[in-house]
Amino acid sequence: MQSIIELKNVNKWFGEFQVLKDINLQVSQKEKIVICGPSGSGKSTLIRCINRLEEHQKGDIIVDGITLDANTKNIEKIRSEVGMVFQQFNLFPHLTILDNCTLAPIWVKKKTKKEAEEIATKYLEKVQIIDQAKKFPGQLSGGQQQRAAIARALCMEPNIMLFDEPTSALDPEMIKEVLDVMVDLANGGMTMCVVTHEMGFAKEVADRVIFMDEGKIVEEKPTQQFFNNPENERTKLFLSQILN
Amino acid sequence: MNLVNWTRKNLFSNWHDTLLTFIILFLFYISIPPLLSWMFFDATFFGTSKKDCSGTGACWVFIQVWLKRFTYGMYPNDQIWRIDLAFIIFFFVIGAYFFVNTKIKKILFIFLTIIFPFLAIFLFHGGLFGLEEVETRVWGGLFLTLFISVFSIIFCFPIGVLLAMGRRSKLPVIRYFSIGFIELWRGVPLITVLFMAAVMFPVFLPSGTNLDKLVRVIIAITLFESAYIAEVIRGGLQAIPKGQYDAANSLGMGYWKSHILIILPQALKIVIPGVANTFIALFKDTPLILVVGLMELLGMVNMAKTNPAWLGLATEGYVFAAIVYFIFCFAMSRYSLRLEKQLKTSN
Ligand SMILES: Nc1ncnc2c1ncn2[C@@H]1O[C@H](COP(=O)(O)OP(=O)(O)OP(=O)(O)O)[C@@H](O)[C@H]1O
Ligand SMILES: [Mg+2]
Repeated sequence: MQSIIELKNVNKWFGEFQVLKDINLQVSQKEKIVICGPSGSGKSTLIRCINRLEEHQKGDIIVDGITLDANTKNIEKIRSEVGMVFQQFNLFPHLTILDNCTLAPIWVKKKTKKEAEEIATKYLEKVQIIDQAKKFPGQLSGGQQQRAAIARALCMEPNIMLFDEPTSALDPEMIKEVLDVMVDLANGGMTMCVVTHEMGFAKEVADRVIFMDEGKIVEEKPTQQFFNNPENERTKLFLSQILN
Repeated sequence: MNLVNWTRKNLFSNWHDTLLTFIILFLFYISIPPLLSWMFFDATFFGTSKKDCSGTGACWVFIQVWLKRFTYGMYPNDQIWRIDLAFIIFFFVIGAYFFVNTKIKKILFIFLTIIFPFLAIFLFHGGLFGLEEVETRVWGGLFLTLFISVFSIIFCFPIGVLLAMGRRSKLPVIRYFSIGFIELWRGVPLITVLFMAAVMFPVFLPSGTNLDKLVRVIIAITLFESAYIAEVIRGGLQAIPKGQYDAANSLGMGYWKSHILIILPQALKIVIPGVANTFIALFKDTPLILVVGLMELLGMVNMAKTNPAWLGLATEGYVFAAIVYFIFCFAMSRYSLRLEKQLKTSN
């Protein structure tokens, strides 16, 4: 299969501190990968490099055939093809849910208001919050907000979706409603890179699991093998902590 | 019954509260009655000259006779309707803003910031389409106060927004330019800036060009105040979480789109109180234009009080001016509070 995301020897520093060390990663079309690892290991930084919310200093990142460099045209093209969902939802508080969803399609993809609203309606129905469309983000529960954020990203009709700990800021009873939406999306054939500690989700949908520690990928295996016979000591320790 | 309880609880709860209450009541007693008799009971309201003021109180005849000059400066009497018309439109639009839906609000806003300034200048200055030309030399009084304030506010706001964004820019040239600009204007007193505008500014212009003094003053005040506004707005920009930029960027919005659609609408809402504060200060600083020979309200009062036929009436003049300034500043303050409240309920 052809890879849609390709990272070759990617290195990144924050000042003196090296966050990413020689990262090599390939993600195929429609593949779902889960990235896990201890706090501060560089998971967020890694997926934020894929849509260049962070800049890498060494190595190559190629997304959908486009090499990410300082060329802003390329960056904006990539960003409108790669959707992202954040831990803190990051909905726009001054806009209704519907406007949150139509804003980028109208201003970035130059859709008409009517087209954009049709698309928004479709995805808000998909994540089951169409009845909240006229409300402002502050009036919604955490789970509803995160589902709205997923719908907002989907409205750009991306080929790839990135998730950075989408359920970590949620109360336990709301985690499932968000994961259900993500499972649904995975079954629909979306290419997904998900940073999460929800191992149940990983087992259910992931094709591959990647374990990061101190800026390196220390283990990368198909899901079954990752959980059944991890090789690295740190992976084993991490799994034993998180599964209990 | 409630009142009695309230009084007992708040004014007489123990011996030192009681003492303070009595001291304050006593201060009221010795100051308020004389003030009232000066302002109202012993005052003369109607007449045509100073001789009509016989009482021991205030001589409001002074204000009454000079009111036109205090309001319009030396603007020709038969042209005053032009000023009235422009201000009626202006206050009508501002008032209407609260009673219409968002779509009309947008139209009103565009009218007020883009079309109205040209309309107003045309009305005030004339010289086109058969409207008689009135030189800015004769503009004055409250009209000039408002003219300078409104125009400086309209111009300094967008400049302030750009400077605030510039100061946070990643591009060093833009950042250092903004920092330099802001610190330069904040570091000098307005009165110096006005002097420079009047005296030194012409030196920098190519010889032969003669920029109107009023225009120079407005440019000076605009640049001066835009530095203050920039810092107020920068405070608002800093309050917007990084996640908002991330979200906007991840949806493919570049610098301008993310700022115009996402960041500024939120930041400006936060800084309404600070912006209102700066605008009120600007309004109250307008009398300083006296130093370059322009006479707005306070300047006209100063002039009138030295008129041989009206000597000794400075107090009346200043009290009047103070009341007028207060009315406008208070109105601005209330307006900003309402705007704040209205924008808050929408999210
Ligand atoms: N903007 C930044 N400037 C400097 N250091 C940063 C910055 N962002 C992250 N770091 C550092 O880089 C390291 C990796 O951060 P990152 O957010 O990628 O970790 P993470 O694996 O996502 O952790 P978590 O599970 O806590 O989200 C951390 O040590 C963090 O302190
Ligand atoms: Mg993280």
